[in-house]
Amino acid sequence: MDFRLSDDERALQDTARKFAREVMRPKAAHCDEQSLFPREIIQQSHELGLLNMTIPQELGGVGLSHLAQCIVAEELSWGCAGMATSMIANDLALLPIHIAGTKEQKERFVRPFTEKFKLCSFGLTEPGAGSDVAGMQTVARRDGDHYVINGQKQWITNGEFADQYTLFCTTDRTKRHKGIMAIVIEGRPKGFSTGKHENKMGQRASNTVTLTLEDVRVPVANRLGEEGDGFRIAMETLDNSRPLTAMFAVGVARAAMEHAIDYAKQRVQFGKPIAELQAVQFMIADMAKDIHAARLLSWQSAQLLDDGAKNTLVSSYAKCFAADMAMRVTTDAVQVFGGYGYSKEYPVEKLMRDAKLIQIYEGTSQVQRVVMARELLKG
Amino acid sequence: MKILVTAKRVEDPESKIKVDAAGKGIVKDGLKYKINPFDEIAVEEALRLAAKHPGDVVAVSIGGKEVHEQLRHALAMGATKAVWVNHEGPLDQMGVARLLQKIVEKEKPDLVILGKQSIDDDQNQVGQYLAEWLGWGQATFASKADSLDSENEKNKVPGVIVGDGAKTVDVIREVDGGLNRLRLTLPAVVTTDLRLNQPRYASLPGIMKAKSKPLEEQTAQGLGVDVAPKITVTKLSMPPARKAGIKVPDVATLVTKLKTEAKVV
Repeated sequence: MDFRLSDDERALQDTARKFAREVMRPKAAHCDEQSLFPREIIQQSHELGLLNMTIPQELGGVGLSHLAQCIVAEELSWGCAGMATSMIANDLALLPIHIAGTKEQKERFVRPFTEKFKLCSFGLTEPGAGSDVAGMQTVARRDGDHYVINGQKQWITNGEFADQYTLFCTTDRTKRHKGIMAIVIEGRPKGFSTGKHENKMGQRASNTVTLTLEDVRVPVANRLGEEGDGFRIAMETLDNSRPLTAMFAVGVARAAMEHAIDYAKQRVQFGKPIAELQAVQFMIADMAKDIHAARLLSWQSAQLLDDGAKNTLVSSYAKCFAADMAMRVTTDAVQVFGGYGYSKEYPVEKLMRDAKLIQIYEGTSQVQRVVMARELLKG
Repeated sequence: MKILVTAKRVEDPESKIKVDAAGKGIVKDGLKYKINPFDEIAVEEALRLAAKHPGDVVAVSIGGKEVHEQLRHALAMGATKAVWVNHEGPLDQMGVARLLQKIVEKEKPDLVILGKQSIDDDQNQVGQYLAEWLGWGQATFASKADSLDSENEKNKVPGVIVGDGAKTVDVIREVDGGLNRLRLTLPAVVTTDLRLNQPRYASLPGIMKAKSKPLEEQTAQGLGVDVAPKITVTKLSMPPARKAGIKVPDVATLVTKLKTEAKVV
């Protein structure tokens, strides 16, 4: 693996960094405070190709490598993790279609996203099925050319504003994993409704709602793969998205470290800047080394995907290590700021709240360890 | 309408610049580089004009292979072709203008837009030399009547206005106490000031497309230009460090000091 970025990768990084600095960050505190979904910023990111960056060229996308996506993801999250989560939610919802869709389905459900600003949501989690995906209760019953779907989905990013949903449901609850299927829901069919926007601890700029489905009729032609393929599709999607989620943690942590360094240099105690105190120096050194390690781990997990190799184990290392790292680094950044860090007048407490979610969504840090152990102990 | 723009590689204005031990150059280790901000404004203006008056936008840069980065940036923004003048070693403003003159004579653009100066040497001379040697009209420090927050700017309306039939170009310049509007017969040379436009971002699709756009190589020798500098830098020095301020105990002392020491009230 070559650790130097290519000219293209640096150019992509420059654009993402500029967008994060000039467009996202100035609005981050306001959107956090008000729990506002910044539609115009997300739309602007679409115009620059920062949205839907996983769409391949043959479907009108940019065709970025997984590594390049990682480089962009770090910058977006540095700008605002909540906004970045809303941006990447599109990719998360489109990935199952890349993975399991037919050519016709890709044309119908993916290409329009490159042509027009649209949002889509990934619906896997339920009120009673979080880490236990196979415990899902949303049921699809076949009725001629349609499925009739009933159930509820929880913590659905962009759910209130989405134009399309990639939904996971079961055709037979007793079959657990083997009963799950993935299906695409377009627009707002009859019986489909969204709940109120969740009042979250962090990443408050991203929209998060419940979805309720009451006798929602969806054409069988919208099903991805076969009945029973859903669990595999969901897991493969997460293999693809974990490097990006890990990079979100890197972006948040880098932002926290930069704030901590700036503050430590100007905050004077005991007659000198606190940056001259070894206790603070060690915290900053630990931040930098852990951020660097997480970044390299994430890049490697992306590189494996670019090589067409399975990355389940390494991407779990990356996501788990990076999320736990970001929690530690942002907590230490608040510590460097002391009392000021605990105040909303300063930017680091937001980062600490934002980081917490990364340990939870797309597989908790505990589930990542379960995945690692399973990979390590199998055979 | 064909437009030629420049894309000089300069030190990133956000980097910390230090003078080297010999005092004749700067320490280059760890420095970041980018396109000269005034040139980026020139590229943006050219792209806006090209959207109204279709034609090629050719970006030119002079330097070692590293200037490909700046050329690619211009291509990613939307320029159609890049010309790289492969040159290592020092160049003065006349050398640069001579090289550009040859490229202009080859490319035959209707309009040349360049930054009014580059932020490294701050000479503000190349556009003027170039126009003079080409025998073309020139308008320096092109600016805009609208502010950069205006609707026109949001809609990417060019500040430089090309007349019907692309025979003339109108340029607005900010002068003391008002605006000065010049009309030039094309072909002409325009140099850009800061308040002409806000350059677009290089989009991700733009960056990927830039890879397949043409990048032509030229050399000073091939162009038949003698670029031996007539001007050499003899000394560079950092501005003196600012002295630390003082704290005054009360307003009365402040007023006294402002009167007796600073002599401003």
